[in-house]
Amino acid sequence: MRNLIIALFATIALGSCGNGQKGDNKEAQANAEGGILGAGATFPYPLYSKMFDVYHNSFGTKVNYQSIGSGGGIKQLQEKTVDFGASDAPMNDEQMSKSPAAIVHIPICLGAVVITYNLPGITDAIKFSPDVVADIYLGKITKWNDKALIKLNPGVKLPDLAIAVMHRSDGSGTSYVFTDYLSKVSKEWNDKVGKKTSVDWPAGLGAKGNEGVTGMVKQTPGGIGYVELVFAIKNNLPVGQLQNKAGKYVPATLQSVTAAANVELPADMRVSITNTDAADGYPISSFTYVLVYADQSYGGRDEAKAKDLVKLINWMIHDGQQYTQPLNYAPLPTDVVKRAEDILKTVKFGEKQVAI
Amino acid sequence: MMAAKSNFFNAEERTFRLSLSAIALILILILVGIFCTLLSASIPSIQASGWKFLFSSAWDPVTNDFGSLPFLVGTLLTSLLALLMVLPFSLAIGLFLGEYYTEGRVSQTFKSVIELLAGIPSVIYGFWGLFVLVPIIRSIETSVGVIPYGIGLFTASFVLAIMIMPYAVSITRQVITMVPRHLKEAAYSLGATRYEVIQKVVLPFSRSGIFAGILLALGRALGETMAVTMLIGNTHSIPHNIFAPANTMPSVIANEFTEAVGTIYTSALIEMALLLFIVTAIVNFIGRQIIKQFAYDDK
Repeated sequence: MRNLIIALFATIALGSCGNGQKGDNKEAQANAEGGILGAGATFPYPLYSKMFDVYHNSFGTKVNYQSIGSGGGIKQLQEKTVDFGASDAPMNDEQMSKSPAAIVHIPICLGAVVITYNLPGITDAIKFSPDVVADIYLGKITKWNDKALIKLNPGVKLPDLAIAVMHRSDGSGTSYVFTDYLSKVSKEWNDKVGKKTSVDWPAGLGAKGNEGVTGMVKQTPGGIGYVELVFAIKNNLPVGQLQNKAGKYVPATLQSVTAAANVELPADMRVSITNTDAADGYPISSFTYVLVYADQSYGGRDEAKAKDLVKLINWMIHDGQQYTQPLNYAPLPTDVVKRAEDILKTVKFGEKQVAI
Repeated sequence: MMAAKSNFFNAEERTFRLSLSAIALILILILVGIFCTLLSASIPSIQASGWKFLFSSAWDPVTNDFGSLPFLVGTLLTSLLALLMVLPFSLAIGLFLGEYYTEGRVSQTFKSVIELLAGIPSVIYGFWGLFVLVPIIRSIETSVGVIPYGIGLFTASFVLAIMIMPYAVSITRQVITMVPRHLKEAAYSLGATRYEVIQKVVLPFSRSGIFAGILLALGRALGETMAVTMLIGNTHSIPHNIFAPANTMPSVIANEFTEAVGTIYTSALIEMALLLFIVTAIVNFIGRQIIKQFAYDDK
């Protein structure tokens, strides 16, 4: 008898191995809860919470946003467990082709990545050229008094100190934007390392999150790291000046980040604006997006739901923009708002356009 | 009448036994379930990397070139270093509490301190390490002449040693108190000193138990994530000295899983989890064999 039971349970256990059951009821769950469900990037989370809170108070529509990371947001949208995804990086062609249906990208605001460092006794903002940043992260420039740095910073007494390079240990949109920039300005970086949320870093130490990188840089004399602009402003970190494509040293401010988007943009907005052509633009800037399906009539959704979603996103790119600057996010340029609206107008429910 | 009653009891007995077996089986089901899930989800990575996954030290999400060697080495090194550091302490404290101060206020205080140590969340150990230990290690590194990062293999192992100490100590203590009184008294009656009793009776009798305690601690060290990831430096390379930054399997999984996009990348991280599962199982198995060898022969 006992043997029989053991055999029975073992069969069940083995049986459950094979079939990777995808829960069809997950879809229904997302819809049944009422309100709008979103998931994705952690970078815009403080802004989105503010926006969704104001939106809930003004229009009564509840928005539940889970900041699980850009990669997670894209996955959840592809599995149709959320109404919208959010990502710092646009989806690449492979991700687009693997999605069950067409997805559109709507930019919501801009963010930037800045270089912070710890040089005891030095108060001047250190100037960096794109090559120097790439060489530091490639491990080729290892001392603060390297010739290349001295040449960029005449008059600054750079110490004979080893550069302790810090990067993110966790997969992150911030790393994506930073490595995307390095890939554009350095051929060697592009060939050897490339761009991704996590890469095989040729030099340095990894620390978790913006706060981890900041902590390590603050603790290590000679440390250098990259963090989000929002984080650097909030914590009053020393920020390096970076030379942009036009050759200008543009300080990283909300204005210069917004200015970085004043370039030719493709119709679908899936674009990287790092190393921008804009003369006043800060070179490591990027859009952060909300992702939705182009045809909203999937998984038994009704039209009212689609309308709610489109109305919410339309509000975010118009009235919602006033909440960006107080929270240290860069607003969209007016031209981009218009373009985002055009994309939003292509969202359909079946054959019908969803009214904004 | 009597027959009916015993039948009733038999039935009751049987249902009880059956329900117990069923509940116990759930445990096995969970284990098998986890193994199967990990295995099926790592198939894309196994197909893509094959055996190279075990021996390659590349970890490049951009080109989908994955090898787990640096993480495997990092995990085993941190755990073993932590064990080496904890062994003298756990033995000393175990003897102190199991042989010298078995009861009374001193022993109570020590026991509650140890329990408290075991209850501290690992992120707090990580913070303590980052703010207290790292500057100390950094000054040591400066005087030794290596790059003064402060974090790395040694720092992570040190904090890990403190974290696993309660487990090692409490089992060591229990095993030492379990040494039969008559054996010790026999030794004393032959004129043995306390040190001789410990050396010739207590330690030989309890060594398999002490080893079991260490093994339990090792199991915990292998899987520890948070404190280690805060202190190890998260560098994807095989460490070349004891202060060098490194990385461990649990730490890379926790760090990269949320933002891992692409089938192979996700699958490679799951395969890493499978590998960790297997490594833990192997360590346990080897430990069991050693316990058997070490066991005091009573006959």
